[in-house]
Amino acid sequence: MNGKLNLDASVVARARALAAKAGAPVVELAKAHTTVSVERAVLRLAGVTGADPDGTPWVNRLVDAVVADVGLGNGVALPVWHAMASLGVDDPTLLAQKAAAGSVHFTVPRGRSRSAAVTASRRAVAAGLKRIDAHRRERERMVRRLGDPRQRPWIYLIVATGDIYEDIPQAQAAAKAGADVIAVIRSTGQSLLDYVPEGATREGYAGTYATQENFRLMRAALDETSRQVGRYVRLTNYASGLCMPEIAVLAGLERLDMMLNDSMYGILFRDINPIRTFVDQRFARQIHARAGIIINTGEDNYLTTADAVEAAHTVTVSQLLNEYFAHEAGLADAQLGLGHAFEINPDLPESFRLELAHALLARELFPHAPLKWMPPTKHMTGDVFRGNLLDGFFNLAGVLTGQGILLVGMMTEAIATPWLSDRDIALANVQYVRNAAANLHEDFVPAPGGFIQRRAHQVLDEAVALLERIVDDGLLNAIGDGTFGVMKRPATGGRGLDGVAERTDDYYNPASDLLERAGGRPGDAHAAE
Amino acid sequence: MNATTERTIVRPYGDTTGDGMVQVSFTLPVPHDRRAEGAALQLAAKMGLHPANVVHAKAIGDGFTFFVIYGRVSHLVDLSQVVVPERDFPMLTAKEINATIKARLRRRVNVVGACIGTDAHTVGIDAILNLKGIAGEKGLESYREFAVQNLGAQVSIPELVARAQASAADAVLVSQVVTQKDAHLHNTRAMAAAFREAYPPARRPLLLVGGPRFDERDAEALGVDRIFGRGTTPREVASYLVHALTQRRSTVER
Repeated sequence: MNGKLNLDASVVARARALAAKAGAPVVELAKAHTTVSVERAVLRLAGVTGADPDGTPWVNRLVDAVVADVGLGNGVALPVWHAMASLGVDDPTLLAQKAAAGSVHFTVPRGRSRSAAVTASRRAVAAGLKRIDAHRRERERMVRRLGDPRQRPWIYLIVATGDIYEDIPQAQAAAKAGADVIAVIRSTGQSLLDYVPEGATREGYAGTYATQENFRLMRAALDETSRQVGRYVRLTNYASGLCMPEIAVLAGLERLDMMLNDSMYGILFRDINPIRTFVDQRFARQIHARAGIIINTGEDNYLTTADAVEAAHTVTVSQLLNEYFAHEAGLADAQLGLGHAFEINPDLPESFRLELAHALLARELFPHAPLKWMPPTKHMTGDVFRGNLLDGFFNLAGVLTGQGILLVGMMTEAIATPWLSDRDIALANVQYVRNAAANLHEDFVPAPGGFIQRRAHQVLDEAVALLERIVDDGLLNAIGDGTFGVMKRPATGGRGLDGVAERTDDYYNPASDLLERAGGRPGDAHAAE
Repeated sequence: MNATTERTIVRPYGDTTGDGMVQVSFTLPVPHDRRAEGAALQLAAKMGLHPANVVHAKAIGDGFTFFVIYGRVSHLVDLSQVVVPERDFPMLTAKEINATIKARLRRRVNVVGACIGTDAHTVGIDAILNLKGIAGEKGLESYREFAVQNLGAQVSIPELVARAQASAADAVLVSQVVTQKDAHLHNTRAMAAAFREAYPPARRPLLLVGGPRFDERDAEALGVDRIFGRGTTPREVASYLVHALTQRRSTVER
């Protein structure tokens, strides 16, 4: 394990061991709790769909009704399927409607009733997982038939008009112009909604709402384009915020290919309660693992608030934590789009060399992960000409260090959501660099003991030192003390805490039961049924 | 430098004084062909570019063409007619904001924010307060010298007053995004009245409201200190707070 940076294998191993040690108590915490969103996700897997006339989803109405009668700590599956058996209702959406009308009283079943509810709920959820498995196989089939992009990094492009019907032609045009991955950025504030909106949406703030119908429409449109361009065009959305587990389920049900899913972003940047986040995240990642979805983590965000040189090691620490939590949830290395970004102040001498050192460090620490390389934003100004040059260097660093997914930087980053022409210019920039320097990484071997190697070693050492502190302090305390970004987020604060409950001894979650038994792989799941 | 201060009529500068040369780029929703280039020249002419040259034209997707045009603009700029809109407080950088608070107030500024009434749209307040911010600018949470509490949506006025008192708020920010039948105006008046009742005048926190439907000139009529309209950035709010709080300190406490 020497690679291009001559990293000390024992230091790398120590970093991973420390990340595991820091993360393990949080996993235990996640296993000991449930949330309203995890339970709603279970209901979605079991086929509860639609919303009441006010737009409140039936999954919300049903979970609220169960919580009102028996609390959240038992999970909703047993009370719901027991009520269905008692009332002779076989459609859980119908039960939700009855419950919303106040005509259902929920109890936690015991003895034979409990066994019956376990079996029935597991059967209903298994049907949902089966649909996710079918979508995964469909993706694999399409990739086999149409092929992956011929070159790395994959080109990742954002569309965000607020109107799904406007997004579709833009996404299709972007794919035809060379984008390999389309991300539909979400409406501002969706992460703080404690429900998933329904239906096709035409209005959003600086983005388009993530809804099941919007997912379906966009995936269908990109399937059509994939066939036209002769490569499988991937679709990305955001499993973050208060509805992370539910959105993960919807992504699996509509064959999305990548999902933004960071272990700490919601805590730090959206002030969502830490426990809520870790519980939701673990379940969401188990679903992603099953669905064959590549997650994208959000380390780039730390660098937009902190200095990219001083805070370089916090990115490494977060990547290691994200890797630990992802593996624990069953994700494979090929599903880890660990994030990092080109955010060093361009006025700093040797800034490009520093960027290369950081990018190569991530590459060598996570050799099998399709790293997600994020463009400059913090130091982009209204000077679009300089911005285009900076994006060119960003693209070069991405190609030189073998990044897997490259989010296309826009020269108009600091001005407006990209225009059609901005996107075209940005794509031409990437394509020029990818074409001109496609295999330059073969020749790019940093001098032994030189600037780049020394810098990478320094960042790794600082990461290990920070991880040691986090292990001593406890990850939740470290977050509470403002170790990441600049925010202090105590475990008892933040949004969504009222939707968290400790699991009782009676807790049952058919989805976790099936997912954890199957180890996240679809083949095993069939054997388990 | 002398040339520009003395002359009041100027034209754009390419490489010779008075040549009037400008460069523009735009996209037309037409496929790239000779007609498209003619269309680009027609637009250039209507923009006052004559003569104009299409130096670059490139098809984008199926039905669009991107153009770069160099041309001579016939318009004159009269410097004596330039009106600079006045802001009654200086825009500061994040560094200046933190430094000024530290130097002048010698403590962190407590800010409490909320959406009041039935409005559940926290987009506005989150854009100003959350670390994430808006349009590439971080929210007030990102400033070391602001202690921010974002109470979220549908906060009642009594609760807002209580929370402001409990945290010794220097400023209260209220956002009203979605409104009907002037609810945003009624809510704001009620909120301002509640704070006047709960506090002696010199101790009352600054009251700031924001939202796309407000008229920034209505602050006095609604009983608040400041109104921020569409497109407000966190740094603008932070700059205002620094200005108002340091002013207040010098007028009230000294």
